[in-house]
Amino acid sequence: MPPLVSIRDFRVAFGGVPVLRGVDLALGKGEALGLVGESGSGKSVTWLAALGLLPRHAQVSGSVRLEGREILGAPAAELDHVRGGRVAMIFQDPASALNPVLTIRKQLCEALALHRDLQGNAVKAEARRLLDLVGIPDAGRRLEAYPHEFSGGQVQRIMIAMALAGNPDLLIADEPTTALDATIQAQILELLSTVRRELGMAMVLISHDLGVVAENCDRVAVMYAGRIVEEAPSNQLFADPVHPYAQGLIGALPPLDGPRRRLTAIPGTVPDPAKMPDGCAFAPRCTLAAEPCRLAAPTLAAIANDRSVACIRAEASRRALLGIAAE
Amino acid sequence: MGRYFAIRIGRAALTIVLVVTFAFVVLRLSGDPALMILGPEAPPEVLAAFRKAWGLDDPIWFQYLDYFGAIAKGELGRSMRDGRPAIELVLERIPATLALTLPAFAFKVALGVPAGIYAALHRGSGIDRAVMMMAVAGFTVPSFVLALLLVLVFAVQLGWLPSGGQDSWRHAILPIATLSLGGAAVLARFTRSAMLEVLGQPYIRTASAKGVPWRKVVTSHALPNAAIPTVTILGFMVGTLIAGAVVVESVFSWPGVGRLLVVAVANRDLAVVQCILLLVAMTMVTSNLIVDFLYGFLDPRLRAKGAHA
Ligand SMILES: Nc1ncnc2c1ncn2[C@@H]1O[C@H](COP(=O)(O)OP(=O)(O)OP(=O)(O)O)[C@@H](O)[C@H]1O
Ligand code: SF4
Ligand SMILES: [Mg+2]
Repeated sequence: MPPLVSIRDFRVAFGGVPVLRGVDLALGKGEALGLVGESGSGKSVTWLAALGLLPRHAQVSGSVRLEGREILGAPAAELDHVRGGRVAMIFQDPASALNPVLTIRKQLCEALALHRDLQGNAVKAEARRLLDLVGIPDAGRRLEAYPHEFSGGQVQRIMIAMALAGNPDLLIADEPTTALDATIQAQILELLSTVRRELGMAMVLISHDLGVVAENCDRVAVMYAGRIVEEAPSNQLFADPVHPYAQGLIGALPPLDGPRRRLTAIPGTVPDPAKMPDGCAFAPRCTLAAEPCRLAAPTLAAIANDRSVACIRAEASRRALLGIAAE
Repeated sequence: MGRYFAIRIGRAALTIVLVVTFAFVVLRLSGDPALMILGPEAPPEVLAAFRKAWGLDDPIWFQYLDYFGAIAKGELGRSMRDGRPAIELVLERIPATLALTLPAFAFKVALGVPAGIYAALHRGSGIDRAVMMMAVAGFTVPSFVLALLLVLVFAVQLGWLPSGGQDSWRHAILPIATLSLGGAAVLARFTRSAMLEVLGQPYIRTASAKGVPWRKVVTSHALPNAAIPTVTILGFMVGTLIAGAVVVESVFSWPGVGRLLVVAVANRDLAVVQCILLLVAMTMVTSNLIVDFLYGFLDPRLRAKGAHA
């Protein structure tokens, strides 16, 4: 059986500047995958491009298959069916994610009308049920309200309700809690986990917050400069990261009970997409970088049956890690 | 909501008072009406009698109070030229002006709004660039230049249309075209940028992400939002219906309010000028009020603010 989503050699460029440089990623039914990486590494672009949501000037190539069926370059009608109906997406900024001049009912029922075979009163009843489900109190009355009448956390709940409206198989949550304060963040993540488990939905959780990913995801993919550099089950990645970049990220992680920080603790900065170094994009910041690293970009290769890494010195790196750990 | 409008109506009234005051002061400081109307050859005693009759010798603040007292009683003064009530002179010119400005307004909207929307939806395309080039041209070419250009081509060269006067509907074509083209250009530019701004908003991406077909994203998500800023400029255009044709009426010798204003200013016919300015201020202010009302209607965020304020 083919995986739910399989992305192969996925490339995106804006005005000739490559931003995704060959992403390979697969996701099974009901699986929760975390996607982490510094700002600008291409986490959002990957999924926006996969769903055809980038502006027209983006040049996209490669393959994105949904249960074996290619959706890249699919006709508009088919894509409209996939979006919301098979794969739903929620975004970072709740303040502007909903249309300010339409009521919640209009926006929610629109999604229901598109993807569900419901008529008349059943549509509204279902809308009310969804609002209830995501924890908006007094759903019947609140349906007639406008987005500005809700707090950021509530808007994110409504976004989740809207995403669930089409009974999708996959929910892409692109930093769904970054703009919210800590207690609300926890509630929203809790809600996401619950609905995911109850509905058997797969999820991609994009986040800067490794702690959040560790708690909510089965597997983690680490992105750097438009590529996946390491992919592993969450517990293994956090216990034993192999790619020097992943090691850096996890080394920079504060203790579990400490305050959470953004992923900025690795010295140096992400290379400018217009001036990518030859060879490994991480080389300028990598403590293990050697001559061969600068010659050819390492490809993502399996190191165990459920782990892969894109680093030509993966073995050396692993030993280095173990060596440090033994000290 | 009630308070929202109370504040705006108060502000509107203040605007009218300021405009009228400004006009009053400037007109009185910029030349002697007696000399302008009677001519420099008039004997001094005739000039003196004229000034006395119209109260021009009184201190300016006295004239000012007098003037506002009269307005309060609904009197807008008489023309110094022929003694008829100023308001009568102005009112009889309004139909001629509206005969130009109303159709022009309709054409502006019918051309400018769709052109702007189309250009925004096909940003960077050949048609977008063509629309923008015409819009910039229409924006920068002064209306008298455009008017003369149209006369040159359609009246002088081709001889299809008359170059001035008001004898038949054919006389209205060139003035209406002049007014429409410039306005449509402004409107197209404005609509385009309003639309582009909205299309870049995250809620448009949200709509696409939930599977709404693009056509519907445009009609039910983008247009209602882009309408909000566009209404501002439409309101401004409604505000110029009465006096927006001064230049065009002059070029085409069209006997509307604009021409009356030019003549009255040249003659320092104070009552007539003030009457026109009062009328202009009132239309502008009224159209602003309509715009504010439409905002409340189009934008639920404002509606709520008004209700809680
Ligand atoms: N519409 C666009 N036009 C041009 N460049 C873009 C566009 N969208 C994204 N990019 C570029 O693509 C790169 C990857 O962006 P992306 O938004 O995917 O990063 P990200 O990993 O999601 O970062 P963040 O954590 O900040 O959300 C960035 O360099 C960004 O500037
Ligand atoms: S390939 Fe070389 S430079 Fe790149 S991460 Fe591995 S060791 Fe570092
Ligand atoms: Mg992002």
